Amino acid sequence: MSTAVLDEAAPAPTPEVIESFTVTLIVRRYNPEVDEQPKWVDYDVEMFATDRILDALHKIKWEQDGSLTFRRSCAHGICGSDAMRINGRNRLACKTLIKDLDISKPIYVEAIKGLPLEKDLIVDMDPFFESFREVQPFLIPSSKPGAGKERIQSVADRARFDDTTKCILCAACTSSCPIFWTDGQYFGPAAIVNAHRFIFDSRDDAAKVRLDILNDKEGVWRCRTTFNCTDACPRGIQVTQAIAEVKQAIMRGKP
Amino acid sequence: MSATLDAPRTPLRPARKKGVNWEKWGWIYMRVSGVVLVVLIFGHLFMNLIVGDGVSAIDFAFVGGKWADPFWQWWDVAMLWLALIHGGNGMRTLVNDYARGPKFRAALKLAILAAVAILILLGTLVVFTFEPCPIGQPADLLPSFCAA
Repeated sequence: MSTAVLDEAAPAPTPEVIESFTVTLIVRRYNPEVDEQPKWVDYDVEMFATDRILDALHKIKWEQDGSLTFRRSCAHGICGSDAMRINGRNRLACKTLIKDLDISKPIYVEAIKGLPLEKDLIVDMDPFFESFREVQPFLIPSSKPGAGKERIQSVADRARFDDTTKCILCAACTSSCPIFWTDGQYFGPAAIVNAHRFIFDSRDDAAKVRLDILNDKEGVWRCRTTFNCTDACPRGIQVTQAIAEVKQAIMRGKP
Repeated sequence: MSATLDAPRTPLRPARKKGVNWEKWGWIYMRVSGVVLVVLIFGHLFMNLIVGDGVSAIDFAFVGGKWADPFWQWWDVAMLWLALIHGGNGMRTLVNDYARGPKFRAALKLAILAAVAILILLGTLVVFTFEPCPIGQPADLLPSFCAA
């Protein structure tokens, strides 16, 4: 090889050995065609501190048991496909680093709660998106912008709802909410966050409609401010605060 | 077989009917009564346990003396009503959050309502009709201070 000539001059760099660990993952497996009940199965995987739980799941699926089923798309914390319950807390598998977990103990991984379990780490997301659709999460203006003009918004008006624009609809918040676990009738934090995003948008004119929808028996009043949703949100949205702001808006009758 | 399709944008659940929004007022009641109760309960504890001889002063005569004053009558009745409805409403939300099955829920809520209503009625009756020394009763059934 021609490049070998260059290497002779410089001293060969000693390759730094990166420490790896054997991590035990206990995954709650469920195959609806075989199992009556979900069961916990443990796997040992060799991981680096900078690896993520998603990498561990990939290693299991690719090297140990190809039947392990989970959702993931972008694998970088944007698509919101791989929300799961890791050591009892809702997290995105692609944003949870091994070094942030206590690997002296096994790591428990299971599907998010409160939604129908379909297989292994996959749940039926339809009830979640049904609630989302019900708050009409799209811009409803009452007038057209002037010909050739945009809808102008001041920086302050944009900042009013900035926090809730970050939602990626991963369902980590809604499926961490103990009220949602009971019967799934409650709209859930994610739907309220997305309503908040439009209720407080100065360009939108249907805030009243959304406030009426959320002023329901199963609406914002069922929130018990347990802050599970704020703790679970992988985007750091202050979910409980957003819900409180919607409550205040309902009492005022306007955003 | 004919399938019926909902019109586009038909809401899954019908919009809330017009009228009193109990869920909202319940939520507001919990906040308001909570603040008032903090004052009432700590005032109650202070007057009963700290002022004067403190806890050792509490006996039948102490309670009888307090309820001779309309101020303490109303204080205690306000505490009774606010606290029982506050607690009852809290229990109701617990039932909504944890009890499964509409019949089981209804039974539990009915039990809570009955308990709250009976306690409020009895308590209010006692506070306003309390007579430590009823006239015409044998002296040995009455507390000692009635003789004075």
